[in-house]
Amino acid sequence: MIPRHQRVLFWILLVGSVAMAVVIIRMRERAHDRMLTAADTMPLNPPAQSSAKSVPLMIANDLTGGVHEEEQEMALPADPNARARVILQHLIADYAQPASKHPISPNNGVENIYFITLPKQDGDAGGVMAVVNLSGSFAAAHPSGIEPETLTLLSIIGTLRLNFPQLTQVRFLVDGQPRETLAGHADLTRVYLSSESPGVKHL
Amino acid sequence: MQWIEGGLTRRSAGRAAMDALAPLVLTALLAALPGTLAAQAKPSSAPAAASPAHGQPAAPATAAAPSSTKPPAKTSPAPSPAQAPAAEHPEPPVRPVRFVVVLNPAHGGADGGARLSSQLYEKDLVLTLAERLRIALTAHSIPVIMVRISDVDVPVLNRAQMTDHARAAACITLHATTSGSGVHLFTSSLTEIPITSFLPWETAQGAYTTQSLRLSSEIGTVMRRDNIPVTQGRTALQPLDSFTCPAVAVEVAPLIHSGTATPLSDPAYQNRLVNALAAAIEQWQQDWKKVP
Repeated sequence: MIPRHQRVLFWILLVGSVAMAVVIIRMRERAHDRMLTAADTMPLNPPAQSSAKSVPLMIANDLTGGVHEEEQEMALPADPNARARVILQHLIADYAQPASKHPISPNNGVENIYFITLPKQDGDAGGVMAVVNLSGSFAAAHPSGIEPETLTLLSIIGTLRLNFPQLTQVRFLVDGQPRETLAGHADLTRVYLSSESPGVKHL
Repeated sequence: MQWIEGGLTRRSAGRAAMDALAPLVLTALLAALPGTLAAQAKPSSAPAAASPAHGQPAAPATAAAPSSTKPPAKTSPAPSPAQAPAAEHPEPPVRPVRFVVVLNPAHGGADGGARLSSQLYEKDLVLTLAERLRIALTAHSIPVIMVRISDVDVPVLNRAQMTDHARAAACITLHATTSGSGVHLFTSSLTEIPITSFLPWETAQGAYTTQSLRLSSEIGTVMRRDNIPVTQGRTALQPLDSFTCPAVAVEVAPLIHSGTATPLSDPAYQNRLVNALAAAIEQWQQDWKKVP
């Protein structure tokens, strides 16, 4: 026979354990929500007052081994850096569609883009360099191969070139750091020239 | 030169590599001797020693030997007035005397490359294809140098050094992917530069852009003749950009025809790829001397 005070203690402890579990689960959910909110502070959705307009994208096709121009309607922010990021996010989101001819798993894609005005040097008219900071998850999820990696780079460079004609060079980073290749093949250590995109050359 | 010896596959390939290295060693010895033997040579022998048209492998030869800190030895005496302009402009690299092919199976060791299926990695498939291609070419008396013959990770720098020292007539880098269909042929996207004795290490392939495009075109023609879909493009790829030879990256992919995909693991498809590549290189053997 279990004494009464022990039974009372057991039930108190059981109820306390359940209550603590509920509180911990709820706190975890709230922390997760906060983390998701903090991970993407840049607005993908444009300001309500900006109207959608046609934006040219260079879409890659693995079967033809080329890129072709396509126009999509989207509203863009005024800031050039944010605008470039939104355009590339749409481009990469397009590749995550089931019917994509250049399939890439859904992921963050582009973390940031910065435009840098290059100083004029002897015999060089200067220009603008775009530094594209890709996410590590994008590189990790990208199909490995010369063709898919090259087409992705050509697609990004070509799209930037179409929307920012003053662009002359493009440099790629992954998670803010230089990286040798995108997914084992295409060289990311180079500075790509955008002037003849998609037949891109590099320095 | 342990890495060179480790990469050779057969005695014939060894002889080819020794042939390629012999002029370098000889040149270095001549440079080391005070009052070199070459400096005492008769002037009449100089043009023959320096002229690529005579097929002499002497001279600064391997233009892109970036690991060498020594300047190339001059094998000719002070030039006569008629020869002076030639001395101002470095001579172009000497074309290989023999037709040698370098096969560079990509990746290896810890670097598995693309995962082609649950049990097949790119490094293993390209090594298998390269070995079978080597056998096919050797059967046609074409000397082959393999950059790797086992599952080892050869550094990019060593791959380029080995390939450049071979002074090959064709350098084929083999890759594999699950994207696309058929065969993807890539040449370097470097801007064309003139061939000189000294080429920048990272952009040396720029001097061979035209020849590489010709080689890529010939491979593409043979592949299409064999009903294998081909895409051709240009890319930035290491160590391809450091090769001083006509160089093409051949990336094989599953064969997609009428909605049906033949995987890369299919032996019959692999045979088609190897046979087509061997035929293309044989064709290149006939044509490469005509390339300017």
